[in-house]
Amino acid sequence: MCLAIPGKVISLHEENGLLMGKVEFGGTLISACLAYVPEVKVGEYVIVHAGFALNVIDEEEAERTFALLKEIGESEGQG
Amino acid sequence: MKYLEEYRNPEIAHRLLDEIRDKVTRPWVIMEICGGQTHAILRNGIDELLPDTVTLVHGPGCPVCVTPLELIEKALTLASRPEVTFVSFGDMLRVPGVSRDLFKVKSEGGDVRIVYSPLDAIRIAKENPDRQVVFFAVGFETTAPNSAMLVAQAVREEITNLSLLVSHVLVPPAMTALLDSPQNRVQAYLAAGHVCTVMGWQQYESIVRDYHVPIVVTGFEPVDLLSGILSAIKQLESGQAKIENQYARMVTREGNLYAQRQIDDVFQICDRTWRGIGVIPRSGLKLRDKYATFDAEPRFGLTDLVIAEPADCISGIILQGLKKPNECPQFGNRCTPATPLGATMVSSEGACAAYYNYQRFRNLSEK
Ligand code: SF4
Repeated sequence: MCLAIPGKVISLHEENGLLMGKVEFGGTLISACLAYVPEVKVGEYVIVHAGFALNVIDEEEAERTFALLKEIGESEGQG
Repeated sequence: MKYLEEYRNPEIAHRLLDEIRDKVTRPWVIMEICGGQTHAILRNGIDELLPDTVTLVHGPGCPVCVTPLELIEKALTLASRPEVTFVSFGDMLRVPGVSRDLFKVKSEGGDVRIVYSPLDAIRIAKENPDRQVVFFAVGFETTAPNSAMLVAQAVREEITNLSLLVSHVLVPPAMTALLDSPQNRVQAYLAAGHVCTVMGWQQYESIVRDYHVPIVVTGFEPVDLLSGILSAIKQLESGQAKIENQYARMVTREGNLYAQRQIDDVFQICDRTWRGIGVIPRSGLKLRDKYATFDAEPRFGLTDLVIAEPADCISGIILQGLKKPNECPQFGNRCTPATPLGATMVSSEGACAAYYNYQRFRNLSEK
C-alpha cells in the first residue's frame, strides 16, 4: 500500500471530474489521482500512496535539510 | 533518482551513526510506528549498526496487522457471497481469518479482485452493474483520504452498486494507548512520515505536552531514519521532549488540508478494535450518517462478531513494542511467511515478516 519513493509528474489530465496524472518512478509510469495536490505542476515530485499523490516535494526544503545533514555530519566527523 | 540517492548516502549514514554512538550515554527505547519504517530499518541493518544501548521497537503501524479478526471474518463472509465482487488491496488477501483467508475464498470461486487504488472500485462497479461491489477500506490516515474520495466520486457518478467495508484506524490514539499502558517501554517515537504528510505534525503537539515524550517525524531512507534516531537520542539525553520534523521535504505542520477536508466530510471518529491490542477509544473512522448507504455492514446485514485471537500468536505484544518477533516461540518454526499464524507475519509491512525476510534469527540468549 505504501510507496515511499518520490515520483515525477509527467502529465496531467482529467477523468470523470478528477485531476489525474502520469507519475514516473525510475522509468515506470503509473496513473495517480492528483486531486489532493491540485497545484501540482508537470516536472514536480510527489509521493503516491494507494493511487493518490498526497504531497508535492518541497524542493527547497529537501535541499536545505540535506545541506544541514551533510554539514552536521562533517563537523561531527572532524570533531 | 532525485530526492532518493541523497538520503541513501552511505558516508552521511556512517557519520550519523558515529554521532549517535557519541551522544548515547544510557539505554533508550525508541519506537518507530510505521511498518514501512520497520522494513527499511531491518533491510538496511540499522538495528544492528546502532549501539547496544539503543533499542528500536516496532509499533502498530501496519494496517494489515491491526485489522481485527472480526473485520477479516466479515470480509470473508462478503467475498463468499455469490452476488458480491470483493475489492481489496493485495496485502489483505493472505491475512488469516479463523479458518481461511481471502485467497482461499478466491480459489473456491469467490469474486475477489486486487486493486492498487480505491478508485478502481468505481470502474469495477460501472463494468458490473448487476453485481454488488464491496471495497475493503483499510489503512491509516494515509489511505483514508483515498477511501473518502472513492465515496465522493461514487456520489458524483451516481453509483449505487458500491459499498465499503470500513476498517480505517488513526495513529495518535494508538500512540497514547501505548504510553498509557503500565508495561510501556517506549521513551521516544519516530512518527510515521506519510501519516504526517496528510495530517501534519500538529496532531502530536498534545502528546508531546501531556506525556513529555520526544516525537521525531521521520522519512523512510537510511539517512532519514538515522537522523530521526539521532534527534530522538539528543532529546532523550538532554531531558527534552518536543516535536522535530526530520521529513520537512514532505511534511508540514498543517498537513494536506484538501485530504483532511475530504476525510472529515465522509468519515467520523469512532472506537475501534485493533487486532492483538483490543479496543482503543476514538481510534477509528466510520462513515458519516449521510453516507450510510455506502456502508457494507448494514447493507449485507453483518452483525457484530466477537472472535478470540489465536492463542499461540503474540503479535499483540509485538505490536505494543513489548517483545521482538524473534522472541515469539513460533517464529521461524511453526510460523513463517509461507505458513503464517498471525497478521504480522503475513503482511509485507508486518514486523514478524521483516524479521523473517531480513533473517533476524540470532539467538536471543546471546543478546
Ligand atoms: S512469529 Fe507468527 S505467531 Fe509469533 S507473533 Fe509473529 S505472527 Fe504471531
